[in-house]
Amino acid sequence: MIEVSNVTKSYGGSDVVRGVTSSLPASGVTSIIGPNGAGKSTFLSMISRLLPMSSGQVTVDGMDILTADGDAMAKKLSILRQDNHLTARLTVRDLVAFGRYPHSKGRPTSDDLAHVERSISYLGLADLTHRFLDELSGGQRQRAFIAMVLCQDTKYVLLDEPLNNLDMKHAVAMMQLFRRAADELSKSVVLVLHDINFASCYSDLIIAMRDGQLIRQGTPAEIVTGANIHEIFDLEARVETVDGRSIVHFYL
Amino acid sequence: MGNDTKRIWTPALALTLLAGLACLSVALFMTVGVKGNWGFILPFRGLKIATMALVGYAIAVSTVLFHTITGNRILTPSIMGFDALFILIQTSIAFFFGATFLTGLPPSGLFLVQTAAMTVFAGLLFSWLFRGGVRELHLMLLSGIIFGLLFRSLSSFLRRVIDPDEFLILQDTLFASFNRANPELLSVAATLVLLVSLAAWRMRNVFDVMALGRETAINLGVNHRRMVTLTLAMVTILVSVSTALVGPVTFFGLLVANLAYMLVPSHRHILILPGAAFLAITCLVGGQLFLERVLAYDSALSIVIEFAGGIVFIMMIVMRGAR
Repeated sequence: MIEVSNVTKSYGGSDVVRGVTSSLPASGVTSIIGPNGAGKSTFLSMISRLLPMSSGQVTVDGMDILTADGDAMAKKLSILRQDNHLTARLTVRDLVAFGRYPHSKGRPTSDDLAHVERSISYLGLADLTHRFLDELSGGQRQRAFIAMVLCQDTKYVLLDEPLNNLDMKHAVAMMQLFRRAADELSKSVVLVLHDINFASCYSDLIIAMRDGQLIRQGTPAEIVTGANIHEIFDLEARVETVDGRSIVHFYL
Repeated sequence: MGNDTKRIWTPALALTLLAGLACLSVALFMTVGVKGNWGFILPFRGLKIATMALVGYAIAVSTVLFHTITGNRILTPSIMGFDALFILIQTSIAFFFGATFLTGLPPSGLFLVQTAAMTVFAGLLFSWLFRGGVRELHLMLLSGIIFGLLFRSLSSFLRRVIDPDEFLILQDTLFASFNRANPELLSVAATLVLLVSLAAWRMRNVFDVMALGRETAINLGVNHRRMVTLTLAMVTILVSVSTALVGPVTFFGLLVANLAYMLVPSHRHILILPGAAFLAITCLVGGQLFLERVLAYDSALSIVIEFAGGIVFIMMIVMRGAR
């Protein structure tokens, strides 16, 4: 369980994230939704120790993220941010293999290599293993980075807009992969998502943020309603139920 | 390089060739134009070679490591104002105590004091700027540039008001030259470089992770702030060594580091660092040989290296662009 208590981030007097208290489950898929500038990415960066918080506390399975050993934390929680650009020239396999660093410290065992192969095939990158990242499309590169994070094999996997640059087919495959990771390996996958319908169809829990505050938290059925969508996004939208799932129609 | 050449052009082959090139230039430097007594030539040229090898190694390693922690391959440690500080220290000593005092100081003592001053400066700048926030590295670089400018202006001011005779003596110490190698200084410097290298060897895998950027490194469990501080201390010591031994040589590091990235097809520091060091030794020794034998000392080593190296560098960029 990731316990977040009263977490705030301010830049020069204005709060980007204000007093967020929540707890993220130890397994399942959790989606964080909200309009641009709601503080979703900032929130995710703080609970994954990438960004120091102005006040508040975050614990992961009882370990305080600020004082816990970085190495131990890297075996428990992994994070992928939105834009990842590299100066070094790496192949897909090189990048994915870095995911084993917390376990192998640069000396991979056969077990580590097996993890690398598995992640590569999970994300359909087998044909691209020897390609350099700068020779790939945006979507392929995104999948390579996700393969790295999955290869880290942590209980908590935090991803900031993992569907960026992915086409429909790969986006669905990605969400199914997260679902499987949660169901079969009982991992906790926390996603920042912009596509509300993906959040609605694949999540166990949805956290809605607006203006730096957590305004709703609940199951997809509880969160994805016309009234809530209006409150979160300031947008009139029709919500239909298709095969038992709430689908938001906001295109017209 | 196309897909086919990639498989033939392995890191091992690249390193072997670069090592061979470095050995060849050393061998040529030792043997070209030998007349008379080997008992004199061997220590005389040997000392020069040892200085060049040490300086080349220090510059190559410090530049590559600086690139790794800044995530930017067009910077050199000189952007932090390190060599400007070196010049300011030399100038201040000459100004306040006289140039004869400066040249009369025991070289290894002066060297250690300078290295300590530069490390303390970097440490202060760093801890001051690293207290919070995420953009600290760029803020630090920017402050480095401003401090460098301040140091340069201060030394330039001191040189204007200094006695002209003392200025001449001072100027001589501020130009890069391999002709004033000093065995005592060299052994102190070599010890420092050896210590730094041992630390770097232990951190070799950490460097690979840090090259992925701050956030990925933290995700993979690297104590990023601590490792950046350590690396910066190592860079400072290496820059002090090269600057104290031969004076400021800046562009050169950028050149060999980028040539190494292009020629060694790997992201691993354990392969790139030796590659850059071999290239640096080849450039320095080859350049000095050219300077002594072809130009008959009629130019400066930095001009030779930057002219030849600059052409190679531009050619490689153009070739890569045409691919």
